[in-house]
Amino acid sequence: MTIKVHGSPVSTASMRVFACLHEKGVPFELVPVNLAVGEHKSEAFLSLNPFGQVPALQDGDLTLFESRAITNYIAHAYADSGNPLFYKDPKKMAICSVWMEVEAHQFDPAASKLTWELCLKPLFGMTTDDDVVAEFEAKLGKVLDIYETRLSKSKYLGGDCFSLADLHHLPNMKYLMPTKAAQLFNSRPHVSGWAADIMARPAWLKASGQ
Amino acid sequence: MVVKVFGPVAAACPQRVLACLLEMGVDFEVVHIDLESREHKRPDFLPRQPFGQVPTIEDGDFRLYESRAIIRYYATNLEDKAVVDQWLEVEAHNFNDLVYTMVLQLLVLPRMGDRTDFGLVQSCAIKLEKVLDVYEQRLSKSTYLAGDAFTLADLSHLPAMRYLTTEAGYMHLVSERKNVNSWWVNISARPAWKKVMHLMA
Repeated sequence: MTIKVHGSPVSTASMRVFACLHEKGVPFELVPVNLAVGEHKSEAFLSLNPFGQVPALQDGDLTLFESRAITNYIAHAYADSGNPLFYKDPKKMAICSVWMEVEAHQFDPAASKLTWELCLKPLFGMTTDDDVVAEFEAKLGKVLDIYETRLSKSKYLGGDCFSLADLHHLPNMKYLMPTKAAQLFNSRPHVSGWAADIMARPAWLKASGQ
Repeated sequence: MVVKVFGPVAAACPQRVLACLLEMGVDFEVVHIDLESREHKRPDFLPRQPFGQVPTIEDGDFRLYESRAIIRYYATNLEDKAVVDQWLEVEAHNFNDLVYTMVLQLLVLPRMGDRTDFGLVQSCAIKLEKVLDVYEQRLSKSTYLAGDAFTLADLSHLPAMRYLTTEAGYMHLVSERKNVNSWWVNISARPAWKKVMHLMA
């Protein structure tokens, strides 16, 4: 039975899951959820994710929500397929796990705010708030300063190899690179090199419809 | 060799780690970091945790930070890992930010001489009620968040739940929900958590 992903191609969290499935070469069926008409708050969807957020995944009789729990599940359940996305050594995995938390707690809050202001609000006919943009560009800049140091010592955030710690960043980066926020990445050489590398991965190009 | 945990025993994120180490029977030593004097932002602390936050641990020459990464490293008995991960993510993204904001506004800012934004507290409380409604429904189907056994998903809630229901004064959000209330009474009575409370006293 094919994996089903209930989500939307514009949702960063959904894209996070698509990226993972493509890296692992695991086939799946996208069941579109129409965010514009509030389908994610419908009874049917709430039975998959009671928090009314995309994506949700069904693999046989397992239903999961929360994109980072889903990517972790896929990476481990399909460990032998496609590209490895985690480390087997417990200490290496722990370091990778640190940077997965950093993406979730330090990078994402600032990056997703910028994605909202610079990319999504205009799509919905709303006006960008330049003060908010300035505030969150400054916050993201501070986080990327730490990334710059980390990436001067390590090829990828989680260690020597590409992993979920890097992958989780891709959806927000896809939105931000065509905007003025790109200079936050491009002005930091190691961050810039890392970003270019991971965004050029064939699995990501497929997952993001490029 | 004893694991060193850097951070104040009173802070929520170090407590998440201490609860886990106590549950797993891992010996540790707390190295107090004084947040009020901004010790965590000083140049001699930053090499341990470049974001200037607590906790961070040192286990021999192995160092880690981010409390949920630390607990995942030590709790190796992760059955049904996917469902545990799911509810850990829920705690991190749907629950924690709201409670953190409320506790920051009600308890931390006044201590620093700043004013509480009661409007913000109220709007967080309203959102938190909706989240706890989902928990209520979930806990009507299983004793613990990830199933029938206590896991990291429940443990991760302990520090913030305690702040919310005692010092922040929002016990009613829990006591008004039968299943959430039973769950809270149950998990907060665990010996390992009581030991964390003892360390805090």
